[in-house]
Amino acid sequence: MKVNSDFPGLVARGMRDPVLRASLNAMEASRPYMYKLAFDELDDAGALKAAATAARRRSLAGLGGYLEAFERNVVANGGQVHWAADAEEANAIVARICRARGARRVTKSKSMVTEEIELLQALESAGLEVTETDLGEYIIQLRGETPSHITAPALHVSLQQVIDAFNEHHHLDREHPLTTADELLTEARAVLREKFLDADVGITGANFLIAETGGVVVVTNEGNADLTTALTQTHIVVTGIEKVVATLEDAEVLLRILPRAAVGQRLTNYTSFFHGPRRPGDADGPEEFHVVLVDNGRSAMLGTEFEDMLRCIRCAACLNHCPVYTAIGGHAYGAVYPGPMGAVLTPQLAGLAGSAHLPNASTFCGRCAEVCPVGIPLPKLMRHWRAREFAQHLRPAGERRGMRLWSSLSRHPVLYGLATQVARRFLRWYAGRALATGWMRHLPWAGIGWARHRDLPVPPAASFQQQWAQRAKAKHR
Amino acid sequence: MSEVKRPGRVGLLVTCLVDQFRPEAGFAAVRLLEEAGYAVEVPLQGCCGQPNFNAGDNAGARAMARRVIDIFEDFDYIVVPSGSCAAMLRMHYPGLFVPGSADHSRAASLAGRTWELTAFLHDVAGFTAIDAHFDGAVVLHDSCSALRELNVREQPRALLAQVRGCRVQALAGSDVCCGFGGLFCVKYPDISNRMAEKKIADLLTTGEAADTLVSTDLGCLLHLAGKLHRDGVAIDVRHIAELLAGTTDPAAGRKE
Repeated sequence: MKVNSDFPGLVARGMRDPVLRASLNAMEASRPYMYKLAFDELDDAGALKAAATAARRRSLAGLGGYLEAFERNVVANGGQVHWAADAEEANAIVARICRARGARRVTKSKSMVTEEIELLQALESAGLEVTETDLGEYIIQLRGETPSHITAPALHVSLQQVIDAFNEHHHLDREHPLTTADELLTEARAVLREKFLDADVGITGANFLIAETGGVVVVTNEGNADLTTALTQTHIVVTGIEKVVATLEDAEVLLRILPRAAVGQRLTNYTSFFHGPRRPGDADGPEEFHVVLVDNGRSAMLGTEFEDMLRCIRCAACLNHCPVYTAIGGHAYGAVYPGPMGAVLTPQLAGLAGSAHLPNASTFCGRCAEVCPVGIPLPKLMRHWRAREFAQHLRPAGERRGMRLWSSLSRHPVLYGLATQVARRFLRWYAGRALATGWMRHLPWAGIGWARHRDLPVPPAASFQQQWAQRAKAKHR
Repeated sequence: MSEVKRPGRVGLLVTCLVDQFRPEAGFAAVRLLEEAGYAVEVPLQGCCGQPNFNAGDNAGARAMARRVIDIFEDFDYIVVPSGSCAAMLRMHYPGLFVPGSADHSRAASLAGRTWELTAFLHDVAGFTAIDAHFDGAVVLHDSCSALRELNVREQPRALLAQVRGCRVQALAGSDVCCGFGGLFCVKYPDISNRMAEKKIADLLTTGEAADTLVSTDLGCLLHLAGKLHRDGVAIDVRHIAELLAGTTDPAAGRKE
């Protein structure tokens, strides 16, 4: 997986974007509220979250067995399962299936795994015409962008920008320019309807795979996954190996929690269970049914301190509640998965050296772990990455020396007292005339980051511990 | 001061920020604990290791934790005027050591005796004799560590409600981080600033216009005080202990 390591540059760009800021503010004001309503209405939200967590734990504990059972049942249903160790292999498998079917046009519903492996780009370079059919994905495909949010990929795009994109890429009647969201929707629907009808292959992701039935569960609010699969001759499912669950019952528990956590819905508008190709007597459905199971770094997380991350159901509750995500937007993370879940997953999928900022750009406020419906301790996992970075010398040398010095001083409280006294005296000297105002506007060295947006109260001449010792002495006199 | 002496030695873990920037908050904490009937001691101490732990320097943090355990393990209670430092001892110290080791059991024992100040006063001491007066519209900022790591939500509110004249204002988004985050605010100043801007926008829309901001954590407070001062917003900032102890000291950065 590719990662843009210029986190500070991407952050600056994101924070300068007024359109993004407005979208993020709107999201921040609505999604956590919808989440709360959706869980507050349940008699026992905690029990549902515990059941969902248990279902995910169950699948990871027996992952190999469940995947094999899933494969057996897909084959029994008349489908085929393909195993891909990495992105390249997954893309090659999909391209091969398309070639074997003589396909030229491909429709695709929303899938983060296909973003992760850059399937669209791979198929386009294999000469196929690929159309994203989720409206948000379609918009960013026209704009040549990547998603900025895992459930709302075009979160960063304004209405006017959609109008501009449609004007540029569709052959629109200039006499009647599109102006409202409804008109844009009608336009997109008309364009996409043709794509659905013309497609040779339909690609979807999967929200869950059901081991005991060989079923593939896909949820959407637009119904585009259903049109993608029902109107083509070949359905290819591309998904991660961790998506398997043991039973239909486990899938049911997770389906009750996913839409609530994601958008505050009780259920998505469409919840589809795909069980193989068209059977004799079926009115519709594809002739071929393929499932490509992508590992791409996932199995390497099993049995490590990052295994908890494999429970993730990609609901985006952690993004929606993250004060850092809502300050900088998804593109700032420089990779497909943004927010807290991305800060944990990206170093695993793209390498720690190139994504060293991500686990550090968190205040550890803990809101992500609090709202995660499957109990992933995201701050703790970011902490594990930070520990690895420190151990592997991936942090700046100055920070490392500072930590060493601070640790040594703190273990010797007398030295700590002396050193901090020197530091306070220096700051009071540095304050100069500001001493009289009580506030410092300028700070040296490590204080530069502080003083960029904040003043600092001038530290007192004597620390608490010094004053305490003086009082104790006075008492004993 | 209370006539009834309660059993149990209390050791105050001052915290670096109170020690270096706001001794008034430390003395207010001592006064409250003494009013609640406890004998308070302040052993010579350094940092609890939280900055190192958050920076991934687990070895450094472990060494610092050992030292803090040495210093505090004879106390019946370790009380901390900070949610995040209290959480470091209470939630994270045991995890720094190998389960089953002597260090681990010492850390676990210390963790069980460590309390954030308002949680200690409310939950352990059952302290209901706050004797303070503060005439003002006060807004309480929940520190994330106190709120989510230690479940400290009602305790500071229940204590503030006893302060005569204090009109506590509800704060929108009170569970959202202010952007301090320890070294985060220095490493990522622009992100931190955006988060502070949002927090201050909420601070400015309370029912009665707030004149004083308090919290259990001085880190959040120094960050917000510095931002408020830079932006020219006239809201005083104090540690919650100061209000509860009936402070007469000027607010952070204010001259006598």
